[in-house]
Amino acid sequence: MTARNQNSKNPLHGLWALTNRELKKWYKEPIFLFMSIIQPVIWMGLFGKAMNIGSIFTSTDFPVPPGVDPQVISQQIMEQTFGTSDYFSYMSVGILSFVVLFTAMFSGMSMVWDRRLGFLNKALSTPVARGSIIFAKVFSAVVRSLIQAGIVLIVAFLLGLQLNPNFNVFNAFGVFAALFLVCIGLSSIFILIAIRSTRWETQMAVVNLLNLPLLFGSNALFPTKLMPDWLQTFAKINPITYVTDATRQLILFQTDVAQLTFDFVFLAGFALIFSTIGLMLSWRYLSR
Amino acid sequence: MEEVIVAEGLTRVFNKSLVAVDHVDFGVRKGEIFGFLGPNGAGKTTTINMLITVLKSTEGDATVCGFDIKKEASDVRSCIGVVPQEYTADEDLTGLENILLCADLYGIPRKVSKQRANELLELVELSKFKDKKVETYSGGMRRRLELACGLINRPEVLFLDEPTLGLDVQTRRATWGYIKRLKEEFGMTLFMTTHYLEEADSLCDRVAIIDQGKIIALDTPDALKESLGGDIMTLAIEQKEADVTGLIETTPRVKEVKKQDNIYRVKVENGEETAPQILSLLMAKGYKVVNLSLTKPTLDEVYLEYTGKSMREEEATQESMFSKRITMRRARHR
Ligand SMILES: Nc1ncnc2c1ncn2[C@@H]1O[C@H](COP(=O)(O)OP(=O)(O)O)[C@@H](O)[C@H]1O
Ligand SMILES: [Mg+2]
Repeated sequence: MTARNQNSKNPLHGLWALTNRELKKWYKEPIFLFMSIIQPVIWMGLFGKAMNIGSIFTSTDFPVPPGVDPQVISQQIMEQTFGTSDYFSYMSVGILSFVVLFTAMFSGMSMVWDRRLGFLNKALSTPVARGSIIFAKVFSAVVRSLIQAGIVLIVAFLLGLQLNPNFNVFNAFGVFAALFLVCIGLSSIFILIAIRSTRWETQMAVVNLLNLPLLFGSNALFPTKLMPDWLQTFAKINPITYVTDATRQLILFQTDVAQLTFDFVFLAGFALIFSTIGLMLSWRYLSR
Repeated sequence: MEEVIVAEGLTRVFNKSLVAVDHVDFGVRKGEIFGFLGPNGAGKTTTINMLITVLKSTEGDATVCGFDIKKEASDVRSCIGVVPQEYTADEDLTGLENILLCADLYGIPRKVSKQRANELLELVELSKFKDKKVETYSGGMRRRLELACGLINRPEVLFLDEPTLGLDVQTRRATWGYIKRLKEEFGMTLFMTTHYLEEADSLCDRVAIIDQGKIIALDTPDALKESLGGDIMTLAIEQKEADVTGLIETTPRVKEVKKQDNIYRVKVENGEETAPQILSLLMAKGYKVVNLSLTKPTLDEVYLEYTGKSMREEEATQESMFSKRITMRRARHR
């Protein structure tokens, strides 16, 4: 009995242990890190470089009226549509939210596996706080996606991402803060979906149903103002839109303080609401 | 006798219709090995899951170490150890890392847990492999690792769910050895489930036979066997044309005689004493006994007697078979 009383009642003890368990699997297997980086990089390459939208205007034989320089027209159209004439830069920042989205998705999947393989039951039979089980998943997803996003950002820079000339440490900090918030919210959502699920097939189906709309129904790859109205409405409540807007302002454009503040408020609210729901439901639904 | 686990009318219904555990009552005494014996899908895991507070009961009450499983779940959790039916150790981590993770879940300070982990690894003879990833472990080694994990918090009660599922006979026996040794070392109470009759027979002090969610018999293995009404004696006499059925039946404590050619199957109480009596009776009458054997009834027969069916693998639903299949597959892994 006395030995038991020495045991720590500090919930952070179990939280850290569980988070570390997830992270260990990841950093001990460099192949996983590599795989999780290579996918967004391929997307970046395919969308950003292969679909060279800017060259649509310059490399055609479209007869332009004399006195008009297609180069200039193209520049202006690109500026108007994307806010920059460089589509690669535009979309490689969008890819950062892709990284977060997919990492969050995998944290939901690992929850299903923990249940199926019995680890969840075992953890539930110990005094560890129920919330720690959920938040360990969330935090490990956060750490992983921030590191992966950082690496992807560096790769994008090497491939020709044009930084905003005023880019500084605070901007970098802001980028990670925005990614942090959206990752908390997203992984809470995916874990919530997984909380009672025992079949990874169901989880996979739900996740696929969510992922692509979240990605394409946002400004990550294409500006929302060119989308049909109904999609614009969806994009307005899609957190991916806000994280992409915030990171783009910080990395590429001149920052519009009011808009940036709104982005952050939205993201903070999103993170807060879903992590709270996650915490509450973990109490109710983890044990069946 | 102090009872460490008391269940009263404990019931669990799945999906409003499937009664997995049906009003079971039992008490587990301090220091004993109590076994739940039953086929697949009998409700063993469901019972354990309710007692270890990971599954809510639909009806009924239970206390573990004096704590109510519903109202004082967290007290229950800190006084028990659990060795689940599945291999729950993380394959990507080493044996030692897995034990330390378990320790962390109990909030055991690192200073204490490091030392305990090494002691436990020593006890289950995994010290040499502690820095190897669990994916390289054999089924028996994984079981031992799970055992060590279940003991890291020095529990008062250890729950073992089918501790030798899928292991080959030799490894199974070795695992029994570890279980016995650990129990002696720590002097705790054990609640275990199994669908192997020999396992219940050789490990448990008392056994509850559970079938379709109900306890149909509960006693010591010996008493259960005794309740069948005795041992089986088989004898053959040289005189093929004679019939000694009536003669054998005159011996006290003989319950039933079945004749087939010159071979007699005799159901007797207290076989060790009755057999020589029958033997001398036959010899006195001039019959020559050419063959004699005496077998004690096994739990197999007990199970047959109570349920009317032999205990073979019954296919349970997909839900509960999935984890079992994974466990079995991993157990065979070398
Ligand atoms: N989560 C669940 N949902 C629905 N039915 C379940 C669930 N868990 C177990 N069952 C059912 O309850 C019964 C008892 O299962 P279980 O306790 O796992 O049996 P045992 O451990 O004795 O093999 C089985 O019929 C099984 O299919
Ligand atoms: Mg079972």
